[in-house]
Amino acid sequence: MAPFLGLLRRDLRLSLRQGGEVGLVLGFFVLAVLLFPFGVGPEPELLGHIAAGIVWVAALLAAVLSLDRLFAADHADGGLDLIVLSASPLELAVLAKIAAHWLTTGLPLTLISPVLAVFVDLDPQAIPVLMLGLLIGTPALSLLGAIAASLTLGARRPGVLVALLVLPLYLPVLIFGTGAVEATLTGEAAHAHLLLLGAVTLAALALAPLATAAALRQALD
Amino acid sequence: MEPARSSESELVGERLACRRGERLVFAELDCRLAAGGALVLTGSNGSGKSSLLRLLATLLIPDSGELLWGGVPVAQDAAHYRAQLHYVGHLDATKPALTPRETLGFWATMRGTATPAIDAALADFGLGAVADWPCRWLSAGQRRRLALARLVAAPAPVWLLDEPTAALDRDGEACLAAAIAEHRAAGGRVAIATHQKLTLADADIIVLDDFAAPPEAAVAALW
Repeated sequence: MAPFLGLLRRDLRLSLRQGGEVGLVLGFFVLAVLLFPFGVGPEPELLGHIAAGIVWVAALLAAVLSLDRLFAADHADGGLDLIVLSASPLELAVLAKIAAHWLTTGLPLTLISPVLAVFVDLDPQAIPVLMLGLLIGTPALSLLGAIAASLTLGARRPGVLVALLVLPLYLPVLIFGTGAVEATLTGEAAHAHLLLLGAVTLAALALAPLATAAALRQALD
Repeated sequence: MEPARSSESELVGERLACRRGERLVFAELDCRLAAGGALVLTGSNGSGKSSLLRLLATLLIPDSGELLWGGVPVAQDAAHYRAQLHYVGHLDATKPALTPRETLGFWATMRGTATPAIDAALADFGLGAVADWPCRWLSAGQRRRLALARLVAAPAPVWLLDEPTAALDRDGEACLAAAIAEHRAAGGRVAIATHQKLTLADADIIVLDDFAAPPEAAVAALW
């Protein structure tokens, strides 16, 4: 367990010291959401109707933007060799890196989402459901993203490739995340959507570390 | 320093062959590294020095042949074997934002070492004065010293070093030579890939060019 916590602590420390990275992702998220009132016009009716979709899509794009730093630096500086040779099973080390990634992207995105929801005229009643959905769904973004990030190690321009690989995988998260808010707005229970969202995250939690570790071993060859 | 464990066990490579992509780099290579022993790998560029070290570190899988630790195939218990080895490759595995002290502590934690000898490692490689600077302020030679200080911070019986003297000044080379001598005196083993003149007492020398595989017909046909 010590290697797991050590790796988690180091990645968090690196994120804090290179604070720009977290700020960049959050800044992108805020700007992407704020573009919509300008693009589709400020009518509260129209904006409020698509608000959940706006926030969720912006969150997906912000998550994609942050994936390249998940393994690329350790791959480039030789640290990945040492992580593979460490006392921790590679799957667990991968999970530590994913956890650090979520704590520095998914969690902050979730925390500022209520402010942005107000900007795009989301019914205040639906804001808790939006936040709960993001809290349950954003770990899946980091987990699934890790698979794509590990598969594209060594590619010449990984950024675009990562987006192409991972955005289709994010579809279920988007569907159930926005579905939960939609259900609340129409007076139904958001329960079922949130449970399905949780199922997606749990499935990703079980599969992503295995797939990512396999891809990383391949990348070392 | 904790005495190197399982000093009776030997690292043996039997008829190793390594393939990188389509190219067979070397074949039919036997090597042996006993307690207190040293192995110097030399050869021209591209002859497979680094590949052999990565193979000994289980970072590459041999195309054929077998690696044995204490008579047991390494593949049977890779985790146990990995705990016995230190690999220092071309790259230094340092983060610009972390200090040398944090870097050593982190890598020792990743090895599961409860009480790393960080201060001793920093002193052995002359890094005491820069121990709390961020690594981005260090020169290439100092980062190299830091990578080598990992060897001392967390003891392990097998050291696999790839061009360890690259970027080191004369004083750094002396630090490394002293660390290797102490390691071997305690029963440790070391394998070094280098094309510099390195003076190691009683070292076995493997010239990788001697094991170069003849060009294969298949590859020729492809082109």
